[in-house]
Amino acid sequence: MADLAVIRSPAEETILTRYPAFKARQNHWGGPAVARLRDAAFDVLKANGLPTRRVEEWKYTDLRSFMRDLPEPFDAHTPELVEAAKAAAPSLAVADAVPFLFVNGRDFSTVKEEGFSWDRLEQGKAQAPSVEAALQRARPYADNAAVALNSAFMSDTTIVRILAGTKLERPLHLVFRELGTAPFATFPRVLVVVEEGASVTLLESHDGPDGVAYQTNTLVEIEVGDGASVEHVRFNGAGDAALSLSTLGVRLGRETRFATLAVATGAAVSRHQVFATFAGEGTQAWIGGASLLRRRQHCDNTLVIDHAVPHCQSRELFKSVLDDESRSVFQGKIIVRPHAQKTDGKMMAQALLLSEAAEADSKPELEIFADDVVCGHGSTAGALDEELLFYLKARGIPHKEAEALMVQAFVGEAVENVQNETTRDAVMDAVAKWLEARA
Amino acid sequence: MPMLEIKNLHVEIEGKKILNGLDLTVNKGQVHAIMGPNGSGKSTLAYVLAGKEEYEVTEGEIWLDGENLLEMEADERAAKGVFLAFQYPMEIPGVATMTFLRTAINAQRKRRGEPELTTPQFMKAVREAADKLGISQEMLRRGLNVGFSGGEKKRNEILQMALLEPRLCVLDETDSGLDIDALKVVADGVNRLRSPDRAMVVITHYQRLLNYIVPDVVHVMSHGRVVRSGGKELALELEANGYAQYREEAA
Repeated sequence: MADLAVIRSPAEETILTRYPAFKARQNHWGGPAVARLRDAAFDVLKANGLPTRRVEEWKYTDLRSFMRDLPEPFDAHTPELVEAAKAAAPSLAVADAVPFLFVNGRDFSTVKEEGFSWDRLEQGKAQAPSVEAALQRARPYADNAAVALNSAFMSDTTIVRILAGTKLERPLHLVFRELGTAPFATFPRVLVVVEEGASVTLLESHDGPDGVAYQTNTLVEIEVGDGASVEHVRFNGAGDAALSLSTLGVRLGRETRFATLAVATGAAVSRHQVFATFAGEGTQAWIGGASLLRRRQHCDNTLVIDHAVPHCQSRELFKSVLDDESRSVFQGKIIVRPHAQKTDGKMMAQALLLSEAAEADSKPELEIFADDVVCGHGSTAGALDEELLFYLKARGIPHKEAEALMVQAFVGEAVENVQNETTRDAVMDAVAKWLEARA
Repeated sequence: MPMLEIKNLHVEIEGKKILNGLDLTVNKGQVHAIMGPNGSGKSTLAYVLAGKEEYEVTEGEIWLDGENLLEMEADERAAKGVFLAFQYPMEIPGVATMTFLRTAINAQRKRRGEPELTTPQFMKAVREAADKLGISQEMLRRGLNVGFSGGEKKRNEILQMALLEPRLCVLDETDSGLDIDALKVVADGVNRLRSPDRAMVVITHYQRLLNYIVPDVVHVMSHGRVVRSGGKELALELEANGYAQYREEAA
């Protein structure tokens, strides 16, 4: 039999040809650990290429066809660029938050460390034991295509450590600002270690220029120590031609409280992945999402919730509002390991279709290997209720305002889980802004 | 002076004819009761007045204060002063009653070219009106009608009516599902809103409500039109004899 020629897409070709030189430029930091991680990720990409819809986890988001090419990783961080990024207001406006500024993927933060520490791995300083442990831990999601891309092409890792027992009053805000007029790619990476008994509200916002086919691929990992509590809110306000890949990797210790909400209004194509592992008993996690989409936007939320230990609770609630020809994808997998008894998991995905051409795909998967658990999932998709609209209009509320009120109520069911009030208000303001822009 | 004039109204829904040449004139300051057997078209009349789109008006006219209601959308009619108290008020989770009331009041004011209410003005108005109807502040903070009993939902309708200060109140079976105490609270609320500048159309199947909201005129509907009109004593006669006569008359 003749050898089969492997047909690679332009992006796959670029990954292969660009990697050696890129790796050589990154050799000055991270030592053998980072080099090994990088090579392992590259090997995965080389062997598998980019996933297509024939790969089950990417069934509805064919990355190979969405990622036509891979632009050059951004490397021209001029002082002017950084100044311009500082001057731009993030779409998630939380006034009292401590900002960490990432300009085109690179960390330019100047923060005063109070109750937390901040560092960049590239600087080569010794890390706290809690950080070392987190860095060395094997990732169950290392072979995921988006994660592998990030690992192969990262140029630094930001480390934020919330010191044991510290309750941070002000939210920490990772502000990712993209600027530019020509396509580029960014691969920022952040590790947040929340030590034992600490508590923090962690925000992320992603903003960039419209009309530029830039690509971002972020990996944020949160290590939640025993008894710690974390509230995380991510806002995707990427430019309207952007391809936005993001992964949240979470490892939850004993008796922790964790909540994350992913809000998306931006990007042409976005995929947000959450990999959460319950590694300690008595933990409760809430994982939510709210996507507001229009035109031909494509937004994918994919979760893998791994109940590896008994006596934990997980709740998932994902809402999508779809206008025009937009499309939302929800994939939620809950794994309950054989000994993870008394697991309590409930997952719900709901889509509100404002247009007949919009599409919502929902794929829940339960893999339950324990016998004493409560797990359930549900999914709904529908239009606005005409009877409710009439009720509002009969009270003098014009059609558009009535629709807006109902969309806010729909999305609000997910947003109201955010405990930090200023953050919750900021999210609802962004929702209102999206509604105002509706034609 | 007529406030509401309905002339020869014919209405269909999904090809089925419900109103069949209905005529009705209601003067300023009057309360008209509309009674009739089930299926005579009472609720359809209420919905058509409020502007529900599924109902197709094939013939006839509706005038409010000399303006053509049929040319207006539901929200425009509301701003002109039409208020429908629903038989089955809707539950809207996620929209707090307060938010809803404020949005509705200000939307109407805006359309009429009046300034929006300030927060203190609004809060004061709501508190006063809610107190009179025994509606707690906690209920106002909840999602609209979510978890409310039947009686609470009807009281909430009257609260909205009081705050929106309509010209024409249409009450669709407001007495349904109410026990006698709840009925009294609701009727008192309605009676407080009676005024020389306001007209009311009270739709009910039973005479009981009319003991508390005493009408000036009573109409009997059958097969989509008004077949008899009279004073308040007509309601008592209906209570004694039932609707059998009207079912046959029209058949």
